[in-house]
Amino acid sequence: MKKLNRGVAIVGTGMSKFGSFPDKTTRDLFVEAYQDMGTAVDKGFDPNEIEAVYIGNYSSDLFEGQGHTAPIMADWVGLAPRAATRIEDACASSGVALRQGILAIASGAYDMILVGGIEKMSNLPIAGVTDALATAGDVSFEIPAGFTFPGFYGAMASAYIHRYGASADALLRVGIKNHDNGKLNPKAQFQARIADLMAARIAKAQQKGLPVPVWQTEMDFLHDDGANPYIAWPLRLFDCSPVTDGASAVLLVGEELAKRFTDDPLYIIGSGQASDAAALHDRAELTGIRAAQIASRQAYEMAGVTPQDIKIAEVHDCFTIAEIIATEDLGFFAPGTGHEAAEEGLTTRHGPKPINTSGGLKSKGHPVGASGAAQAVEVWKQMRGQAGERQVDRDVDLAMTHNVGGTGQTAVVHIYERR
Amino acid sequence: MTEQTQVAERPFTVAAFQAYMDEGKLMGSRNRETGEMFVPPRPIDPHTHSDDMEWVEMSGRGTLVAFTSVYIGTSAMIDAGYDRSKPYVAGIVELEEGPRISAQIVGVDGKQPDIAWIGRPVRATFIERGEGEKRRAFLGFEFTS
Repeated sequence: MKKLNRGVAIVGTGMSKFGSFPDKTTRDLFVEAYQDMGTAVDKGFDPNEIEAVYIGNYSSDLFEGQGHTAPIMADWVGLAPRAATRIEDACASSGVALRQGILAIASGAYDMILVGGIEKMSNLPIAGVTDALATAGDVSFEIPAGFTFPGFYGAMASAYIHRYGASADALLRVGIKNHDNGKLNPKAQFQARIADLMAARIAKAQQKGLPVPVWQTEMDFLHDDGANPYIAWPLRLFDCSPVTDGASAVLLVGEELAKRFTDDPLYIIGSGQASDAAALHDRAELTGIRAAQIASRQAYEMAGVTPQDIKIAEVHDCFTIAEIIATEDLGFFAPGTGHEAAEEGLTTRHGPKPINTSGGLKSKGHPVGASGAAQAVEVWKQMRGQAGERQVDRDVDLAMTHNVGGTGQTAVVHIYERR
Repeated sequence: MTEQTQVAERPFTVAAFQAYMDEGKLMGSRNRETGEMFVPPRPIDPHTHSDDMEWVEMSGRGTLVAFTSVYIGTSAMIDAGYDRSKPYVAGIVELEEGPRISAQIVGVDGKQPDIAWIGRPVRATFIERGEGEKRRAFLGFEFTS
């Protein structure tokens, strides 16, 4: 069993507003996240004490034509000449950056590290975003077949539905839940329930004198090919996370230093990471993500806790099917039953295993390189009772984050404890 | 014998795999010791770590194990004439020799996808796209029944 040689604590987290911001670059968004983080450190901190910067960023190169982003982020928050390193593992970039920061502190090389995540996706037209995201797959052998990023998860969904007899409604149920949560998150891209979006469409039709849609329920709306078109069958628009601009920041220190900054730090007691074959077709199975299964097992073993002990989790719901698969890979529900758990409401804010109280990638938004560290922001708020209207109604002493890169070529899992 | 010698000389690269497809052949690599096959060809067996590999031609027969119908396609597929009103199907096929491969599924209506397609037998077909020097074969599969 692997243990950290030195404990590591989080003493502050922050994030920019997530959304579509034509007038902001990644550096502007990162400044916003860094300043937000600064307000979260209860007793304050001296930026001069930060010794290194780890930035998760999938592809500013493709999205905004800017490479070598880590030194820019460090410089723009006033931290040059400290070591600044960019970490790229597709959508898991800042989850892996967090892990690298943890390992660097645990090694004794540093006492305080700034971890960040950045992505600015909305500059490109949708075809450009589709192509940029597809490069997280295997460009030699998968993209020539016509696979897109939603297409990969559509294929996984087909395998899952075929194997377990799941209903596509279970997937839609995940989207409804995550929008219910996102409505209560001021930083979310979509602060709206599906019902709100439906009502807005009806109101707009009435205002314009167009035929008024006859949706009675959110499911009616979600079954409507016009309102909720297919993107990559069986996945529809509301099964997919959006195109998002955003940044996130986490301040890590050696455990013995934590109380200098706050009386209520979070301790990282479990960390795991794994990889898998580049192409989906080379995976042992399509209805689970092996890298996530392995990464979570490593994290559970390091922490000495079980899936039942985890009170809440932020999981990587880049697509609704991904959340269902995640809840199985992490051991919350048995393989093949995650869809039933979603339909029965077990993962709602008031259910026995709240998942994605932030709104998840679906509603909060998914600036891919920023999402991993942004998951830690929600855990920070929920564990310290600072999540406002979306605060869960129980003591959260243990929480988990699960961040996946690509179609599961990378997965990184962390377990957090409040003492 | 001459042809076999030529086959042995090709490296296990993306370009060689593509060159074979342009010749109408779906080729993989085979571990000479264990017989396990890999498509696309791998130079190193991830299970035994052996690099004692040889080329082997696949029958092209297999079954569909997963698929999606893509409404918002890649730029290349949009150039090939697909769009929201004409979605295409991309899938993963398990070849009868064991390996799995990604490919377009042709001869079906992308607007009428059916989960029951999974498990149905397919056979390989090569789709020629592009003009002049850029012309190349793309791997496709079609249902045999």
